[in-house]
Amino acid sequence: MRITALVIRILRQIVRDKRTMGLLIFAPILVLTMLHLVFNGDEYTPKIGFVHVPESIMNQIDMSDAKITVYKNEKEAKEDLSFQEIDGYLVFNNQLPAIFLEGSDPAVNGAAVKWIQTALKSLQGSEQTLEPKVDFLHGSEEMGQFDYFGPVLLGFFVFFFVFLIAGVSFLRERTTGTLERLLSTPLRKWEIVIGYVLGFGIFTMIQATIIAAYAIYVLGMLMEGAFLNVLFIILLLSLTALTLGILLSSFANNELQMIQFIPIVVVPQIFFSGLFNLETISEWLKWIGPLTPLYYAADALRDIMVRGYGWDEIYRDVLALLGFSILFMVVNILALRKYRKI
Amino acid sequence: MEATKACISIRHVSKKFGKQQVLKEISLEIMEGEIFGLLGPSGAGKTTLVKQLAGLDIPTSGENFLFEEKMPSLKLIEKIGYMAQSDALYEELSAKENLQFFSALYGLKGKNQQQRIEEVMKLVQLSNHLHKPVSNYSGGMKRRLSLAIALLHEPKILILDEPTVGIDPVLRKSIWEAFNELKNKGTTLIVTTHVMDEAEKCDRLGLIRDGRLIAVGTPEELKGKTNSATIEEAFLVYGGA
Repeated sequence: MRITALVIRILRQIVRDKRTMGLLIFAPILVLTMLHLVFNGDEYTPKIGFVHVPESIMNQIDMSDAKITVYKNEKEAKEDLSFQEIDGYLVFNNQLPAIFLEGSDPAVNGAAVKWIQTALKSLQGSEQTLEPKVDFLHGSEEMGQFDYFGPVLLGFFVFFFVFLIAGVSFLRERTTGTLERLLSTPLRKWEIVIGYVLGFGIFTMIQATIIAAYAIYVLGMLMEGAFLNVLFIILLLSLTALTLGILLSSFANNELQMIQFIPIVVVPQIFFSGLFNLETISEWLKWIGPLTPLYYAADALRDIMVRGYGWDEIYRDVLALLGFSILFMVVNILALRKYRKI
Repeated sequence: MEATKACISIRHVSKKFGKQQVLKEISLEIMEGEIFGLLGPSGAGKTTLVKQLAGLDIPTSGENFLFEEKMPSLKLIEKIGYMAQSDALYEELSAKENLQFFSALYGLKGKNQQQRIEEVMKLVQLSNHLHKPVSNYSGGMKRRLSLAIALLHEPKILILDEPTVGIDPVLRKSIWEAFNELKNKGTTLIVTTHVMDEAEKCDRLGLIRDGRLIAVGTPEELKGKTNSATIEEAFLVYGGA
């Protein structure tokens, strides 16, 4: 009864605060979309200039996958190059090919050189080079970087926003005096914590469903496993974010100080959650990873989404996340003793 | 008042925050059905004392008894209405939603809840603003809504920390009328204030300075004993000025 009242009140507050609700749902969608566009963009099409390329060779080159401009002399080509109209040009001086590149972006250089080399190779048809056949255990040639760290980011954004908003709303509860008023009613301390967990839990479920569905079905993030498992892991992760946010809010005196926890508590998690290769992290920092909730959530999400694993593989992560939530909840109830002894 | 019995008994209560001694050996009995005023400058320890009575804090030494039961106790908390200095309202919600939430915490539901909400809002003269979001309320309206919330569960003891701060004289008068109405129904009211003319309206007063209870009595007694015309003068005499 009392918990229900608390849950209803929290949900009403969230719905009333349109901007916060928008932040919780649309900010992750926006960021994921941008990352999708950045990392999964189409193969870069190099813009190549041709100078003094003999007719015979030009006729044989496969002109697809590049934008070709033919110049009468090298001076014109150089001019376009300086305006970045082309990425590089192929010039034949005395029948010997030479490449001249714009050179400011390594990725573009690579693409241009690769295209030119491939084009020239096709001319020397006599030498048959054996292309190695490539097989993949997980993913494919089409799998972009976005698919690999998408699951981690999905978890991270949910953690980040739930942490911040739950923390700030509990902080406000304290600074506006409503926490004191709550504690002057017969409401039990554990009921406050459970009420918060349920209220935000319900909202996070909706948030997580929308964001995960968008990432998977609209952005086409790789999804080999079960959608419900993804939601379950995100829900557990958001519970740790929620309980940790509430806990840390008691060490903050205002919203700004709550935001100061982001670089200390939230951002480091991303380094140890598998966004960067965990094998290459220095030995003396490695121990941090297993202490962060995102480490387990990212592992589980990647298992489900990239590797298509099921319950057998993720149950350890589930237990770890539950452990974090329960630990933080207990500490929260104890921390509330500061405001009322019984 | 002689026939009534004490419902609050403060026995040798001291409170320390670290090295700072906020309350020193306070002993006080508050009778059932009276309006008891705690008068003193800010920082005298009024809030610390009423917080203990509301169950939000405990004394370093000494004991507080309500209805002959020791505080803090969750059972006693249900009999207390507490209004802090801050309004403690959810600004995103409407007045009605605030009232619904807090009344649910006291176990009021359905028709009973609706009836109580109407009653308390009438008492604080906010009936016409029930559906407004609290963020649109003026300072005085918020103060009165805060009072209304403290009254929802018909507490036997009402603890009000500076209830009329920032409220104009006309409204203050109507709020004191409400206090007297509650008193006539048998509610015990404890009001802290640093406004001397407000103190005159209390049945009995406790003067607090630097954490010490320097005098207790009706406003007339206090003035008579010190030969002063006003409570303010009496306070200065007791304060040793």
